[in-house]
Amino acid sequence: MSSIPDELSYTKEHEWVAGLDDGLTVTVGITAYAAEQLGDVVYVQVPEVGASVAAGDAVGEVESTKSVSDIFAPVGGEVVEVNPAVVDDPSLVNSDPYGEGWLFRVRIEGEPEDLLSSAEYGALTAAES
Amino acid sequence: MSRSTPLREVHESLGATLTDFAGWLMPLRYGSESAEHNAVRTAAGLFDLSHMGEIFVTGPQAGEALDYALVGHLSALDPGRARYTMIVNEDGGVLDDLIVYRLADEEFMVVANASNYAPVAAALAERAAPYDARVEDRSDSYALIAVQGPNSTEILRKLTDADLDGLKYYAGLPGTVAGFEALIARTGYTGEDGFELFIRNEDAVPLWNALAEAGAGLGLIPAGLSARDTLRLEAGMPLYGNELSADLTPFDAGLGRVVRFDKPGDFVGREALSARAEQAAEQAAEQAAEQAAEQAAEGVAEGVAARGGSDRRLVGLVARGRRVPRHGYPVTQHGVVVGEVTSGAPSQSLGKPIAMAYVSAAALDGGGSLAVDIRGSHEPVDVVDLPFYRRSK
Repeated sequence: MSSIPDELSYTKEHEWVAGLDDGLTVTVGITAYAAEQLGDVVYVQVPEVGASVAAGDAVGEVESTKSVSDIFAPVGGEVVEVNPAVVDDPSLVNSDPYGEGWLFRVRIEGEPEDLLSSAEYGALTAAES
Repeated sequence: MSRSTPLREVHESLGATLTDFAGWLMPLRYGSESAEHNAVRTAAGLFDLSHMGEIFVTGPQAGEALDYALVGHLSALDPGRARYTMIVNEDGGVLDDLIVYRLADEEFMVVANASNYAPVAAALAERAAPYDARVEDRSDSYALIAVQGPNSTEILRKLTDADLDGLKYYAGLPGTVAGFEALIARTGYTGEDGFELFIRNEDAVPLWNALAEAGAGLGLIPAGLSARDTLRLEAGMPLYGNELSADLTPFDAGLGRVVRFDKPGDFVGREALSARAEQAAEQAAEQAAEQAAEQAAEGVAEGVAARGGSDRRLVGLVARGRRVPRHGYPVTQHGVVVGEVTSGAPSQSLGKPIAMAYVSAAALDGGGSLAVDIRGSHEPVDVVDLPFYRRSK
């Protein structure tokens, strides 16, 4: 069973969102469950800093040996920072999905939409596997 | 409902991610597929290949029957040796690629792909009918475990008295491994030295455990189908359903050498393949002449892609960027589709994405640069000779 930290919010597309309670800027990554499903991640494409994104937009992609998946913006706003370390070393997504494997930060505009709690996301992954 | 191999519970206890492959529930990976790939290149990997099919052809005319049924010259094979060959339809289209082991004068074992062995067994039975030979599909009774990688001999030596040093590449001998009867074959699908052990289903679990234990100090780890696919791709080996299909002849796949026109008697597909072989020879001559002409008048080789040659060749591609060309992606030249990727993956050994693709001969001979349309963006690729990886002897 992969870890699902309580303090994060989640999307159905297997992304996590940190910092939702604290203020305007959130950090986004993909979950340990998604990383396990993908296998070894070999390439990560993140959005450009300054890009304006809407919740649900495909803003990047993550490739593993066997598959490729879109990364969706979990919230709308402006991309203010991306993680250069994960672009250089995509295996960080596998080794530390909730830490060094973070992907990008978004300054939220408007109200974030219906994100999942850790319990809800846990139920979703339990149903999928 | 997928079928399980005798090793399913072992895979589950090892935490494998299981996947459906050709109707079988198989281990995709146990942990990191990159680590599994690298273990096979540098130490050893342990594979469950029990989904493969084993079809026995026996009797006084078994060799002649296979000469007629397949494109190779199997009656000329010495007992104890193996050959890579193919079965084609009347049109020359590939029904499967096979390894045939001659176990004795009157006994052959045909190893077919999981997705194909039922129709292959049926075709063999039909084609062998006029001969004094018996065809029996024993796939359900046999398991297959492979040990692949530079340490495989050392690992296997701990468990068998068989003469492994005398066992050449593409040879097989009956023996015992860890006390279990096995056909020990020096074959594989990884580009490394290694062995494939054909055993009874009931011996699969204890033999797997014995091998795992023998290899524990020698870097042996279990490896799944994901690593197997990237290993064979680096080694430039075709996969049926990707590089090979009933719509393609062995010549299309650059494997015309497996077709033995020099063998005695007729064989299924001979007429169609003869025509195809002549065409291939003519094209090769034309190509040589064109190249000579181009060298004489530099700069006139423009617009070759537009000639739209009907022929295509299987080539290796190396991506310049980090995005991976994958099965089914279009190959383009000057924005025009000139081919299609058959297999692609990130290559551990090259550190870049690699692919095999069918590309029109005209586009290749024109010398213009190629790209792969990776989900809408045309990523540059270089054409390279296959294989991508060759082990150092």
